[in-house]
Amino acid sequence: MNLQIFKSRNFQIALLILPFWCLIYNNLQPVTDRLIDSVFGMTKGAHFTEALRFFIFEFPKVILLLVLIIFFVGILRSYFTAERTRKALEGKKTFTGNVMAAGLGIVTPFCSCSAIPLFLGFVESGVPLGVTFSFLIAAPMINEVAVILLYGLFGWRTALVYVITGLAIAIIAGWVIGKLKLEKWVEPWVYETLLANSDMDESRINFDIRIKMGFEAVKEIVGKVWLYVMLGIAIGAGVHGFVPEDFMASLMGKSTWYSVPLSILIGIPLYSNAAGIVPIVSVLIEKGASLGTALAFMMSVIGLSLPEMVILRKVLKMPLILTFIGIVGCGIMVVGFLFNFIF
Amino acid sequence: MQLNSQINFNMEIKILGTGCPKCKALENATREAIAKNNIDATVTKVEDITEIMKLTMTTPALVVDGKVVMKGRVPSQSELVQLIKK
Repeated sequence: MNLQIFKSRNFQIALLILPFWCLIYNNLQPVTDRLIDSVFGMTKGAHFTEALRFFIFEFPKVILLLVLIIFFVGILRSYFTAERTRKALEGKKTFTGNVMAAGLGIVTPFCSCSAIPLFLGFVESGVPLGVTFSFLIAAPMINEVAVILLYGLFGWRTALVYVITGLAIAIIAGWVIGKLKLEKWVEPWVYETLLANSDMDESRINFDIRIKMGFEAVKEIVGKVWLYVMLGIAIGAGVHGFVPEDFMASLMGKSTWYSVPLSILIGIPLYSNAAGIVPIVSVLIEKGASLGTALAFMMSVIGLSLPEMVILRKVLKMPLILTFIGIVGCGIMVVGFLFNFIF
Repeated sequence: MQLNSQINFNMEIKILGTGCPKCKALENATREAIAKNNIDATVTKVEDITEIMKLTMTTPALVVDGKVVMKGRVPSQSELVQLIKK
């Protein structure tokens, strides 16, 4: 990179904002404590005081983290276009291909409405079906909002566990689907689709536009999820102080073996974004739910969504969709049991 | 219809998208840009996936006279005008 980047207007704006971000982020705890203890003069240790302290500290913290990371992810994603990912995956051997596809699933821009064009583009250009599925499993399940919220509310260990187990499920489930040779259950018209031969010239995107894409990502994603984050943390703060400890233990605890498959089944039709589900799950854990069960529930809600299945029905026949749900569901179940067993 | 009427004469603009919120946003923004800047162009929305795949696999996309000039985002009004006129 050369000095040219400093001429980018959007880069200059980003550089200006960064110190303010650091200043606010580093002073959240003292400011919160001052506000609660001195300005409001509330009694330390009381249920409501601590609930409010939790909320006033956690909500801006999570939002600030979202803004920063989504900005960088937005810039990063401008380099990982769907077209490049497809090129990287073309003609790859199955297992290596599955690993690459799951990894690229994290960084390639993806939303449920881009699932069909991606699927067509991949399958038509010779990416194996199983490899395509590794991508389709990882992309929605391991998204930046889920990972940031897990980091903010649970710490980096849990966030890392989520990413690694999510990757493992995407790789193995995709590999199994590839081994089963299910091409017969792909709608025949998929193979008749003609692919782009006049796609956009990449040189149209310069550095200034990439930074702008970072800002646009922040505006779009934070604008969409802030309300869920606020509600989730508010519910979390409330339950934190007022619901008895171990309330969830009998329902989602370790000793009830069926809690893992049950939470997966409940999770499939529940369609919520990560922003809404993670704060609630963090409260479930605090009230006695086990980590494995909570993890399984979260993965099922975020990774297996009914609307996405409905969209995929256009290119996949029903038996393949059911196989897909079955295999991913089993993978999530193994993760749930494993973590209940270890911790 | 004054200065730039010649370069823009009867431009053909296509918005490629399967009907997601972003695609609709791009269509509205493009129509607004054209109306506000008196650009002489016909705007069509292409929702047929096989037609879209012939041009790109990232939606929404903006196509001017058969060429994909922007995809995957909804640019600002000023950027849209630039993209269309170029």
